[in-house]
Amino acid sequence: MMEQAFFLILAAFAVGAALSVIIQRSPIYSAFSLIGVMACLAATYIMLKAQFLGAVQLIVYAGAIMVLFVFVIMLLNVRKEENTLDKHRYLWLLALPFAATLIVEVLYTILKVTSDFTSLPEMAKRPIIGDSQSIGYGLFTSYLMPFELTSILILLAIVGSVILARREKE
Amino acid sequence: MVPLSWYLALSAVLFTIGAVGVFVKRNVISIFMCIELMLNAVNLTLIAFSSFYKEASGQLFVFIVMTVAAAEAGVGLALVIAVFRNRESLNTDDTNLLKL
Repeated sequence: MMEQAFFLILAAFAVGAALSVIIQRSPIYSAFSLIGVMACLAATYIMLKAQFLGAVQLIVYAGAIMVLFVFVIMLLNVRKEENTLDKHRYLWLLALPFAATLIVEVLYTILKVTSDFTSLPEMAKRPIIGDSQSIGYGLFTSYLMPFELTSILILLAIVGSVILARREKE
Repeated sequence: MVPLSWYLALSAVLFTIGAVGVFVKRNVISIFMCIELMLNAVNLTLIAFSSFYKEASGQLFVFIVMTVAAAEAGVGLALVIAVFRNRESLNTDDTNLLKL
């Protein structure tokens, strides 16, 4: 009961902050709202007993990626988004039915799928898996190949972003 | 005990908000942030299933998704800087041609 109340509070905060991301005109406020969403999601991960990923969410997403966003926004000195939405009112007319379809579809599927979900008895006996030990074990046994490929991807991203953002010399 | 469907519903709502944001936003950085929001929503789904099945694979996927998101943010923001240097604008309406 307590847990459900806590979840509802977190969910309300997350949805509110997510709405704020798309309603705010100024990108810097959007970025701060997105940090709020990520903090709520980190708390949700911890509720799901995925403590390690909760910490990684805060450190990597809220700590590193969003700092990069805020840094670029401030570097480029982005002013408020001009009021181009009036020019593109048809986009709202397009987006709202799209969103309604998407949400109804997804919620219908969720209700259909999860109605017979909790009836798997052998799941209750398995140990808890959210700690860093089980994640590290998985990463270095069955998922070793993706893990190593990820390091190559990161290397490519570093080189690529340096080349893209470099100022060309005449 | 929070039912699984609540987590999935929250994830669906966040994903939809992100998708709508990609449609209606005009600023490249805002569109980017909406994509990050959608990635986070999917991560929540993966972790919820992983935790309810007590199966670590979902959390490993999330770990890799986070790495890819970090790489994507790095390259994407470098692209944003390069585009801004050429066009002096972040509005997607001003950036509708690949050539300069």
